[in-house]
Amino acid sequence: MKKTLMALSVAVAALSAQGLEAKTLKWAFQGDAQSLDPQSLNETFTLGLLGNIYEGLVRRGPDLAIEPALATSWKIVEPKRWRFTLRKGVTFHNGNAFTADDVVFTYQRTLKPGSDVKTRMATVADVVKVDDHTVDFITEVPNPILIAEWATWYIMDKEWSEANNAADPTDIGEGKENYATRHANGTGPFMVKSRETDVKTVMVPNPKWWDTPKHNLTEVIMTPIGSDATRVAALLSGEIDMMYPVPVQDMKRIDSNPATEVLAGPELRTIFLGMDQERDELLYSSVKGKNPFKDLRVRQAFYHAINIDAIKRKVMRGLSTPSAIMISPKLFAAHAGEFKRLAYDPAKAKELLAGAGYPDGFQVQMDCPNNRYVNDELICKTVVQMLAKVGIKVDLLAQPKAQFFAKILRPKRDMSMYLLGWTPGSFDSWNVLFNLHGTPNKDTGRGKFNVGGYGNPKVDALIDKILVETDTTKRDAMIRDAYQMTTDEVAHIPLHQQGLAWGKKKTVDLKQRADNQFMLYYVNMN
Amino acid sequence: MVAFIIRRLVQSFVVMFVVALVAFTLFQFVGDPINQLVGVETGLKEREELRQRLGLNDPWIVQFGRFALNAVQFDFGISYQHKRPVIDMIMTRMPATLELSLISALFSLLVGVPMGVYTGLHRDSWLSKLFMTVSLVGISLPTFLIGILLIFVFAVQLGMLPSFGRGEVVQLGTWSTGLLTISGLKALILPAITLGLFQLTLIMRLVRSEMLEVLRTDYIKFARARGLTNQAVHFGHALKNTLVPVITITGLQLGSIIAFAIITETVFQWPGMGLMFLQAIQNVDIPIMAAYLILIAFFFVVINLVVDILYYVVDPRLRIDPSRAHGHG
Repeated sequence: MKKTLMALSVAVAALSAQGLEAKTLKWAFQGDAQSLDPQSLNETFTLGLLGNIYEGLVRRGPDLAIEPALATSWKIVEPKRWRFTLRKGVTFHNGNAFTADDVVFTYQRTLKPGSDVKTRMATVADVVKVDDHTVDFITEVPNPILIAEWATWYIMDKEWSEANNAADPTDIGEGKENYATRHANGTGPFMVKSRETDVKTVMVPNPKWWDTPKHNLTEVIMTPIGSDATRVAALLSGEIDMMYPVPVQDMKRIDSNPATEVLAGPELRTIFLGMDQERDELLYSSVKGKNPFKDLRVRQAFYHAINIDAIKRKVMRGLSTPSAIMISPKLFAAHAGEFKRLAYDPAKAKELLAGAGYPDGFQVQMDCPNNRYVNDELICKTVVQMLAKVGIKVDLLAQPKAQFFAKILRPKRDMSMYLLGWTPGSFDSWNVLFNLHGTPNKDTGRGKFNVGGYGNPKVDALIDKILVETDTTKRDAMIRDAYQMTTDEVAHIPLHQQGLAWGKKKTVDLKQRADNQFMLYYVNMN
Repeated sequence: MVAFIIRRLVQSFVVMFVVALVAFTLFQFVGDPINQLVGVETGLKEREELRQRLGLNDPWIVQFGRFALNAVQFDFGISYQHKRPVIDMIMTRMPATLELSLISALFSLLVGVPMGVYTGLHRDSWLSKLFMTVSLVGISLPTFLIGILLIFVFAVQLGMLPSFGRGEVVQLGTWSTGLLTISGLKALILPAITLGLFQLTLIMRLVRSEMLEVLRTDYIKFARARGLTNQAVHFGHALKNTLVPVITITGLQLGSIIAFAIITETVFQWPGMGLMFLQAIQNVDIPIMAAYLILIAFFFVVINLVVDILYYVVDPRLRIDPSRAHGHG
């Protein structure tokens, strides 16, 4: 350790001699990336951290717009054939050259058991190398949003992976460790210098990165800090320069400290309530022999009973954007503004319930996570109180995410009402419609997270058309029509897009992305 | 003596077996590991395949049998979350927990015993009253609150000590120690106090009440009658006779310290086994949970054994009549 320290101070001295200063960014997140293997887990933080080390053919800018990365350009040569021109002169951290072989290799690796990013290649039938710097992707059907999720489809080095016995992604079914779990060899702006899972990850800039660095860092140290209070304390005491997420109750504390501030913005995740419309008799309810949620009036009544402004003010302390549809308006800018929430109107709710045959309301159970979304349990408690005012008695079951998801998701679906959040990985409405609104179908995977079981054949037909429509205007109109139907029929009750809050020293400049991924290559320390 | 130790070791295997059995029955209720293993967009079919490959569809008794069979060969499997052998992970995390536990046990002994002696001898002095009042805090405040308060005062307000982590560590073979660097020692102070405060209070109160009792006995009066100095009476005669219960409590508490380091480790992001265990619970990482629980059971058994052996050393009466060994527990 002493040796490293000395080596480090020598390096520091050398750097300052050249007029450069050592800029070490220390930051904390509430957990750690589970693995450095870019194909082993499809999870925001893991992929976000890896986005600093590995790169995809494309990447997302600070505003989430798609930018060229390892591919310099692409075009659709035939409806089902996309041609990508690869960037020349790019090398992996170990010095190997990046070529078309690596892309083909990564495609094959993605399809293997143990890979959790198969959705990235879901519609791809084959990948063909044309020459060293040209690759064709052949799709099964025309797919206008083929590359939407590719910013987190990271290219690995074929030679390195094969040499280190990591040609397959980590498969825990096999019960052994994979080299790529704790070692990384990407093309990205940062290289892993050392890593102790859950303790500390040290990264240094890649001096041979193909792009011009927009950061001024010389070293990055990431430490996970699980406890909210400790993470806040570490920022306030100046031990770390940046951390997220900031607990909403501590935002004021961080802002009132002269050296630190909170950077808040809307996140893409939509939080909503779901109701079981599939069973003929509702579970855990006072209503026997039928399912009240099958009646549109009941669903409308629940919607009218919710005072979303109170939730925003009291529960989210302003850090939320009430939503009328199941996707962030940022991701459906074309028509999102046309949708309005059903107004908060308890009297109307009571009237609707009476019309449906429940003048005195009824009893139902609601499932809720208590460690998954911002203030999830508190939102549920507030909803329970609001529903009580219109005569609905809700028994709340709030549990940690591990138990919650196991209980409510398919195939179990052991619930009658629930709170859930959704971010479309592709940043596109088709994902929302397919997963949350489509009639559940086990074979195609449609409606996998449509836990309530809402179904409308017209919506399903639109979903199929939207998938292959390449004309943006037509496609957006179809998406609008689909949302219109699901909104009119109250398939779900959307609540809000939760906010994201990062805490940082005022001297740190960074770009906050709405997908909650922290890209180190925009960070400048003053 | 040898037979006694062997008997105890055999018993310890029974204890660990039972702990594993109970743990496995409880694992049925901790949630679904598959949901933590894959991203949200992974299909039902793939989830089912993974479940099958991990053997999670087997009845729990079959899963337990498989686990027990591997565990006796010291193979605890591979962590679901970290995809690393559990035994490696525990080995890298154990030094942090053991160092923290031992330092806080030492802290509670070295501070607790003198405080107990003092309050026992000077019952009515204002300092004793202060100690007794302050010790109530140690007993009544929950550990995480004490930790957060210490962080707030010493890290945020005064900026003297780090609020999280272990500082710089030095690698001695497979053992990583924070005791050899300044930042490592600084990082140890707050967690050690947090973890040791309850024990300190307990030991202080125990020593005090034992001292009060012993001071009333005839042989203390006799010792005074012999004209021995106060110091010889207090420390040579009185304190020595309070030690058997103190050793028992300290020993048993050492097990608790190691086991309950979970909370302190979480508050201070101390990279030990407890923190790893807590994260494993959140992620339903069954291999880690199982291995950790068995390891803790093993610690308890070993510590109890050592405590029993120490009785022989401290109390000459036991060496003559081993059947009374349990009389003091």
